[in-house]
Amino acid sequence: MSDVEEAITRAHHEEWARVVAALTRRFGDLDIAEEAAAEAFATAVERWPADGVPPNPGAWLTTTANRKAIDRIRRENKRDDKHKEAQMVYDGVPPEPLGAIDDDRLRLIFTCCHPALAMETRVALTLRMVGGLTVPEIARAFLVRETALERRITRAKAKIKAARIPYRVPSAEDLPTRVSGVLAVLYLVFNEGYLATGPDTDPLRPDLTAEAIRLTRLIRALLPDDGEVAGLLALMLLTEARRTARVSAGGELVTLVEQDRGAWDAALIAEGHRLVRERLAAAAAGVAPGRYQILAAINAVHTSARDTRDTDWSQVLALYDQLVRVDPSPIIALNRAIAVAELDGPQVALAAVDRLQDKLAGYHAYHATRADLLRRLGQSQQSRAAYDKAIELAGNTAETAYLTRRRDQLR
Amino acid sequence: MQYLVSVIDDKSNPGSTDRQPAISAFNERLIAEGYWVFAGGLADTDAATVIDNRGEQAVFSDGPFLESKEYLAGVWVWEAPDLDVALKLAAEASKVCDRKIEVRPFQ
Repeated sequence: MSDVEEAITRAHHEEWARVVAALTRRFGDLDIAEEAAAEAFATAVERWPADGVPPNPGAWLTTTANRKAIDRIRRENKRDDKHKEAQMVYDGVPPEPLGAIDDDRLRLIFTCCHPALAMETRVALTLRMVGGLTVPEIARAFLVRETALERRITRAKAKIKAARIPYRVPSAEDLPTRVSGVLAVLYLVFNEGYLATGPDTDPLRPDLTAEAIRLTRLIRALLPDDGEVAGLLALMLLTEARRTARVSAGGELVTLVEQDRGAWDAALIAEGHRLVRERLAAAAAGVAPGRYQILAAINAVHTSARDTRDTDWSQVLALYDQLVRVDPSPIIALNRAIAVAELDGPQVALAAVDRLQDKLAGYHAYHATRADLLRRLGQSQQSRAAYDKAIELAGNTAETAYLTRRRDQLR
Repeated sequence: MQYLVSVIDDKSNPGSTDRQPAISAFNERLIAEGYWVFAGGLADTDAATVIDNRGEQAVFSDGPFLESKEYLAGVWVWEAPDLDVALKLAAEASKVCDRKIEVRPFQ
């Protein structure tokens, strides 16, 4: 990559959200902001190789995008008063939550992740407006048709305008729920990269996990005092650290227990552990941790063990007990049972897993967990049936390959 | 910005019938805080008549335009600065009415 191309890529990563956010504030319209930002970057691609990279790329891009937006407004011959009427609700009051940085990007994120928008819409809008991914890129990532995705984004922008979804950081009172809505969007993006679904997809999508981490870092910079933001970032880093060890050269999933721990990314683990320690200190001071912080702590226990045999399972179980109190979902109960198996044996764990049948019968991991426990108990026939069911339900190619091998190894 | 706020009831699982005092108190508050534009409860859907006069002569049919388990039981019109304010009030309204609420902006 040439120096100019590199500068453009860097500017896109660093400045896209800033340009869109500033233009949205100025023109009160996401559509105008998105289009003008895209045009400004296209102009940079055209001009920078000949004119050289401007000394302040961000300012150049914002100025250029502003000009493009004004051109469009003139072109559409919008009268000034009519344009004002269409503006989004924006108040100049800096956000009240302690520790929040007054940055238009924060407003942009909360608008894109508004609870009045469907989850898939929030994901698409956030990746487009904040992440700067193109429509074809997002469509490819989620295996949807470009036209369908384009329609979804267009409808969302129309709803934001028609229903007056505000361009604002929520009040301190609403902030925890709204932040958790934003984090749910980012976690979904991360998980799709970490365990991609679809028979023709690569089992890992590092582009998606990287994007989710980048956006979570941005939110962490904007909301430095939010414990769940730190927790989610730590969880992502500790998971991402194991990425290369998670799929074998043959394209098969490698479970945590069997992974080559030397292949884990030590820098990511160190950063994740630092964040977990920061949250543990806060918890010790009486701040109750939320689910992402507890999940991060569980991952910190796993990534602290140099050898699988050194895993502190009683610590893992204690954290799951804490997690169940915050989030009593059957999936958490299923994962807790895996820790139970290590401490109290597969028989006790199997009884706990079987109790989840009504809720998880359609979930591949439920059957995969049962299959493994039954295998350890020497109940081959039942184990085989559970593997069959898990293979049928699993959507990830590496996971299917792993389950198939385990099933075929049964005697 | 005005929003149409619809109260949705469910024939197979109706909300409780003792909500009127709470709704009245909520209305008083909406008026005092400047959100209230209009409110009204609706008679049963059986009392509805649909009129279609797009053809040669008006055709009247007995009953609502759409037979469904869920139906419109009442409406408000609120004046609110943005959707966040309207949604917050709607969340309260749902509790007060013991029914689902739809919020839809006027054009």
